Amino acid sequence: MSKLKLVVIGNGMVGHRYIEDLVEKTELAQFELTVFCEEPRVAYDRVHLSSYFSHHTADELSLVKEGFYDKHGVTMLVGERAINVNRDKRIVYSSTGREVQYDKLIMVTGSYPFVPPIKGRESKDCFVYRTIEDLKAIEACAKHSNVGVVVGGGLLGLEAAGALKALGVETHVVEFAPKLMAEQLDLAGGNQLRQKIESMGVHVHTSKNTLEIAPQGITSRNVMRFADGTELETDFIVFSAGIRPQDKLAREMNLTTGARGGIAINDCCQTSDPDIYAIGECASWNDMFYGLVAPGYKMATVAVDHLIHGQQLPAESQFAGADMSAKLKLLGVKVGSIGDANGRTPNCKSYVYQNEELEVYKRLIVSADNKKLLGAVMVGDTSDYGDLLQLMLNEIDLPEHPDTLILPAHAGAEKPTLGADALPESAVICSCFDVTKGKIATAVADGHHTVAEVKAATGAGTGCGGCIPLVTSVLNAELAKAGVEVKNDVCEHFAYSRQELFHLIRIEEIKTFDELLAKHGSGYGCEVCKPLVGSILASCWGEHILKPELVKLHDTNDNFLGNIQKDGTYSVIPRMAGGEVTPQALAALAKVAAEYSLYTKITGAQRIGLFGAQKDDLPAIWKKLIAAGYETGQAYAKALRMAKTCVGSTWCRYGVQDSVGLGVMIENRYKGIRTPHKMKFGVSGCTRECAEAQGKDLGIIATDAGWNMYVCGNGGMKPRHADLLASDLDKATLIKYIDRFMMFYIRTAAPLQRTSVWLENLEGGVDYLREVIVDDKLGINDQLEADVAKLVAEYRCEWTDTIDNPQQLKRFAHFINSDERDANVVFVPERAQHRPATFSEKNPQVKGDILHVAAE
Amino acid sequence: MAFTTICNIDDIIPGTGVCALVAGEQVALFRPTADQQVLAISNTDPFFKANVLSRGLICQHQGELWVASPLKKQRFNLSTGVCMENPEFNIKAYQARVVDGVVEVAA
Repeated sequence: MSKLKLVVIGNGMVGHRYIEDLVEKTELAQFELTVFCEEPRVAYDRVHLSSYFSHHTADELSLVKEGFYDKHGVTMLVGERAINVNRDKRIVYSSTGREVQYDKLIMVTGSYPFVPPIKGRESKDCFVYRTIEDLKAIEACAKHSNVGVVVGGGLLGLEAAGALKALGVETHVVEFAPKLMAEQLDLAGGNQLRQKIESMGVHVHTSKNTLEIAPQGITSRNVMRFADGTELETDFIVFSAGIRPQDKLAREMNLTTGARGGIAINDCCQTSDPDIYAIGECASWNDMFYGLVAPGYKMATVAVDHLIHGQQLPAESQFAGADMSAKLKLLGVKVGSIGDANGRTPNCKSYVYQNEELEVYKRLIVSADNKKLLGAVMVGDTSDYGDLLQLMLNEIDLPEHPDTLILPAHAGAEKPTLGADALPESAVICSCFDVTKGKIATAVADGHHTVAEVKAATGAGTGCGGCIPLVTSVLNAELAKAGVEVKNDVCEHFAYSRQELFHLIRIEEIKTFDELLAKHGSGYGCEVCKPLVGSILASCWGEHILKPELVKLHDTNDNFLGNIQKDGTYSVIPRMAGGEVTPQALAALAKVAAEYSLYTKITGAQRIGLFGAQKDDLPAIWKKLIAAGYETGQAYAKALRMAKTCVGSTWCRYGVQDSVGLGVMIENRYKGIRTPHKMKFGVSGCTRECAEAQGKDLGIIATDAGWNMYVCGNGGMKPRHADLLASDLDKATLIKYIDRFMMFYIRTAAPLQRTSVWLENLEGGVDYLREVIVDDKLGINDQLEADVAKLVAEYRCEWTDTIDNPQQLKRFAHFINSDERDANVVFVPERAQHRPATFSEKNPQVKGDILHVAAE
Repeated sequence: MAFTTICNIDDIIPGTGVCALVAGEQVALFRPTADQQVLAISNTDPFFKANVLSRGLICQHQGELWVASPLKKQRFNLSTGVCMENPEFNIKAYQARVVDGVVEVAA
């Protein structure tokens, strides 16, 4: 049987989602799949387009995993446009002259920006806001401009205004309607938003009907003339006044289109030609088209299901319209809109809360009988969004006094919490990925018992992330239902989480493991709690980790100040802060390595590792290194390892800041501080990011105006891109934020939890972290900084202390009763150096012994 | 079975282990607490065939004392040499005692 030929026209967010869904649900090998992608790059995250300006590169916005299309045998035609389709012969003709046969055609042509018919709109100073190419053009224009105007005060317009502000031009928003975000907000909400935005320095002009744009400005290049006779001077104009479905090709193909444009589709996303589907912004369902990504994703799912199952889809799998509720952050202002935000339902009632001091506005729109929520508006505070959305979507009965839902805690009345139990199984918890409560419950039943696991298994919370609190409460409710106790105990000896132990140790000023065990634990202790408590004692009191009563708590790496290798030898890795090393120091290092015949290699951390040191040689080796000016690199510790740097502005012709200088400074500031797991820093001198800082626990990237701070990235087994915590910081603020970040992580992480996993499990994610670190939400920042200051002041090189203490040196002998060395440590030559001998190299005669079983 | 004198009990920091050479064999000696008690098993981690167990962390599980290998954390019973993770990797246990503050092992 020949393969079914599928052709997808368009590779935007929805087009890509369609292919992902197909890969997930079927064997893609049974199809011959061709995709036309008109833009010069494959699918990217258009929702976060404006973040392109805050030091994201185009690659970062990409939605397509490297090699994804190749791996699945998809023919991806980038930069190629489908220009015509012969429906009788089922052939797609492309801009390069290619002809592609199809059995089923999927049209995902998206939308185009609406540009009002204004005289002068073709000027080279006029732009639209839709693709990365558009952004590049705007960015280039902004460089030689002082003033920019966005035409459109809706969602997209305010996004664009945020981008212009980020580009540093004087920003104006011109809106035709009398209020901002007319679709999503009522008048009072729109006004509140306007106040907030204006206080940020964005000029808002409402009820303005633009007649003309003319290159006749006096202070700027152009002047805009409005119907009311007023004028506004500007250098350039960005149109972001809404979108229209891209249905040009469909019209040429004689497919039926909707009354307001868009390719008409049925509930299964088929067009008037049953072999052709249309999904996403280009599709018109019941004469409605959707400019949000979630309904597009839903259509992609429906179209894939219909393709697979062929016959009529069950009703619950069909497209049945979409809820247009949205929670956004525009120009830093939180805005939420649910359902009938404008209160257009006959006889509906409203509850309003307004706080001009905090610039918060909330309104509930409820049914005439006061029983159901119809809509809501939130400006300045969207913390109630998740609960309110569920109340509306699932038609849950409102509490007796609905206003308690939006009143602040200090108003007295207790806020009714929406228990996860109140939601029906069909309630959509994550609207980005259409994950229902039932799906999450199934995942929990399948053994996914943490938020991170549920996210990975269901996809819930991996889009906008707004539903994480609700996902967490569903997870906890399901666990409770299943009788699984949610336990964070570190081990059988302590019925406490790491965070709780940290507080006990701190508050009761506990200085030893035995004291903690006697007061709060039971039994003897184990390989989990002992090093954990050792680490907390070190982080709290900065005690030397080799104090005799602490020795028993530490892994061998901390006890012998080296990383143990498979043959029982250790590595020797001195600090080379920021990756800097002098030729003289290198020569000294080479001399020591040669003298003790140590295998020598550049590590992954921009420093040099010497391997194969026997335990009893370690003190002598370090004595020589310390004499040459080195100090310990803490490569053995759960602590800051290093700061990787690029060469930065001192040498590089692209660099904008001294990345090496900063890297050396922060490596030296935080070295030796014990953390729940190892930490790595990275500092890049410009946006080219040669230090790969966004794959580090703390990544710092230079900007023209200062430093951008990224947190909780990871390389290794499960790579994670770091999140931007704050932008354009000066050095003093940056150091404060790093202090707070480090100590907050030390205080709250689970044992051996890297920052990436810690953040994934932190309720509220990076937004919450930002509130703690930047806004001091918990009021603990002074404490956090003081803690760090103490540890920085108390820093000592552990190896210097050790070699100065004869008592310590005794522990380094291999045998307690003999001067002999371990005869089992044997090396064989390899590539001009040497490596540990294998067991059979050491024991060619041995056969069949239990010790001969391959361990790995 | 003859006991060999190894060291003074105070040469072993409470809560840690040391390695002794006894009749050509490497023996890991552990002093779990400040008491006059030591336990002895082979020093060889059978998974890696490396002589490292004396450098592991002493831990308590199922009411008994074990050492977790410093290489990959498999646990070995300090009284019997049994490997908790996989009995195919059980190791030898030795008799050990403290007489008048002096540690002795029989090998």
